[in-house]
Amino acid sequence: MFDAILRILALTRKELLAVLKDRRSRMSLLVPPIVQALVFGYAASYDLNRVPYAALDQDRSAASQELLAGLDGSGIFERVADLHRVSDLAAYIDDRRALLVVQIEPDFERRLLSGAGADVQLIADGRNSNTAGTALGYVSSIVEQFNAGWRSAHGLAAAPIEITSRAWYNPNLETRWNMIPGMIGTLTLIQTMMLTAMSVAREREQGTFDQLLVTPFRPYEIMAGKALPSMVVGTIQASGVLLVAQLWFRIPFAGSYLTLYIGLLLFLLAAVGIGLLVSSVAVTMQQALLYSLLLIMPFSLLSGLTTPLRNMPLSLQYFTALNPLRYAIDITRRVYLEGVGLDLLWPDLWPLALIAAVTLAAASWMFSHRMQ
Amino acid sequence: MTAAAPKDTWPAKLRRTRALVRKETYQVMRDPSSIAIGVVLPLILILLFGYGLSLDVKNVPLAVVIDEASDEAVGLVASFELSPYFEPQIARSMLRAQQLLLEQEVDGIVRIPSDFARQLNAGLADLQLIVHGADANRARIIQGYVQGAVTAWSLQRAVQGRSADSAPVTLQTRMWFNEANDSSFFLVPGLIVLVMTLIGALLTAMVMAREWERGTLEALLVTPVRSDEILIGKTLPYFLLGMIGLAVCVLAAKFLFQVPLRGSLWVLLGASMLYVLVALGIGLLISSWVKNQLVASQLTMLATFMPAFMLSGFLFDLRSMPAAVRLITYLLPARYYVALLQSVFLAGDVWSVIVPNTLVLAAMASVLALSSRAVMRKRLA
Repeated sequence: MFDAILRILALTRKELLAVLKDRRSRMSLLVPPIVQALVFGYAASYDLNRVPYAALDQDRSAASQELLAGLDGSGIFERVADLHRVSDLAAYIDDRRALLVVQIEPDFERRLLSGAGADVQLIADGRNSNTAGTALGYVSSIVEQFNAGWRSAHGLAAAPIEITSRAWYNPNLETRWNMIPGMIGTLTLIQTMMLTAMSVAREREQGTFDQLLVTPFRPYEIMAGKALPSMVVGTIQASGVLLVAQLWFRIPFAGSYLTLYIGLLLFLLAAVGIGLLVSSVAVTMQQALLYSLLLIMPFSLLSGLTTPLRNMPLSLQYFTALNPLRYAIDITRRVYLEGVGLDLLWPDLWPLALIAAVTLAAASWMFSHRMQ
Repeated sequence: MTAAAPKDTWPAKLRRTRALVRKETYQVMRDPSSIAIGVVLPLILILLFGYGLSLDVKNVPLAVVIDEASDEAVGLVASFELSPYFEPQIARSMLRAQQLLLEQEVDGIVRIPSDFARQLNAGLADLQLIVHGADANRARIIQGYVQGAVTAWSLQRAVQGRSADSAPVTLQTRMWFNEANDSSFFLVPGLIVLVMTLIGALLTAMVMAREWERGTLEALLVTPVRSDEILIGKTLPYFLLGMIGLAVCVLAAKFLFQVPLRGSLWVLLGASMLYVLVALGIGLLISSWVKNQLVASQLTMLATFMPAFMLSGFLFDLRSMPAAVRLITYLLPARYYVALLQSVFLAGDVWSVIVPNTLVLAAMASVLALSSRAVMRKRLA
């Protein structure tokens, strides 16, 4: 038993050296997660803060100016043009100079004063309908404010129902708070899984795997020797992203580090298990790459990071039960933002353990089977 | 290269290039994994993501807490039940509702306070809404929908003469190019970009790195072929494979996901050909730079897939990113291709979008071709 541990450690050391001694390969493992966390942390947000809009104010009255001033003063909208003709409108939307055009009819103020109620036309570029929908939401809350102001200024009764809205766990509804903790798993998955799959495939392609097999190593020791270095690399990468989230983006960490790392280790074990299984099936590096890609793309896109799992058809939701990243994202988000403990994370932890157990067992069977 | 220098006449160049293309084509056809990358991969990806990715918010589970039963409260809950956006369930107490929210069984809590009916008849009622903020985008949309449902309900009461007046200003909104507000209309063209990026760059990155690693490129060097002929020979078969992948994606978008193709097929084809060239060029450059399949595959994934996913405008609005990040996005070919595809699919042939974006892609393709040739010459020397 003691000998086995010594042999595994020796192999781990050799693997880590092989990966880290080359400067290019060392950089390609350590720098990208940090850089990606920084860049994507800023980029991956559904929040809008610079929405170009064009105003088509046919009324040019005090009331219409006040409404547009509400948009300009919100800090979200930037007026890029004042249009004069309805025919100019299409060009601004078509070539993306404006995301929105606000059109105010000539009798806007007259209708408002007469109490009949006025309409404002809002035309949005739906080429990205999510962005457009978010912008429309901002406009409607600004119109809401205008209405409240108009009502109190003209002695009208206030709106019949006032909604007091609060968002738990993310009071300002910043996408970033949701995105960056989710990235801890996403950014580590790709490289951990590929590193494992490709390193075995390379040994096989170069024929050194056969040399390993004639040494006193048992198949499971070789597997452990391949798995441990990838997990070490994965843990370092995850910690790097965690540091960026806390020190750079200053997102408050609500949970316990122990809980987070228990979840992350289980996740890395599952990722490495899948990588080993891929490498036991693939013969060349190209095949190993192809198979890992076929898994990584669905894993990262159907993980709930950018689009909610609930929106998927039921059959795909069942498919995501096999996706380790789905559980990792849930764990990191909930530990990070909500501070939940291991008891509430149980539904995420046991599937990860199961994926790790099944893939590792299958990979080990494949390895020992090939030897005979 | 002295006496035995290869002839650089055009017929000789052409003949050598044709021979290389033929050799490469045989190699592609005989390796099932290349065919899988070119045809099967795009098909699987577009199917999985076309069905799997959606930002539409429907059937939101809501917990409703009624502190005091009244006709008004029951009426409001009924209007939530009738809406296609909500699936309300009555929670016995606020504590129970909070538990449901914590377990993410519901996305929000609507609390109707105890004197709701009295307040409403007095003209000013207060309603409490709590949303789970973890998914901020979804939370914001839910807030908007609840606001809309409540406004519609109170408007309906106004019509029935049980409440005061309607709002001074009403917004009439129209979403051009996507009237039904269906998120797959912009997600599917974006997915085509992701798929083309991946297959283009990966195919060539792996092929060239493998040749370097096995030393077969040096073997090619002692033959009379020139480096630019090797590059063309390597690119052309994979270019065709990429175009087959594109055809698979476009057919799926049009007939499976019903995304309208409002622009012309020729613009789509021309832009895509340029983009596949750029993606192939990135793969070539990376692989002739690192010469190692392991590092080449990792770099290609990092340089193409993740940026195309996060920084191309496929999901996230480019204009709202900080200036430094926006500068990075200008370096990404995917950004221009996303703009092209979203316009050609949804808006039609908008030349003011098509011309600048295709020009940038063309410039990128030529820079990449020239620099991979330069890198390769240097490496061989």
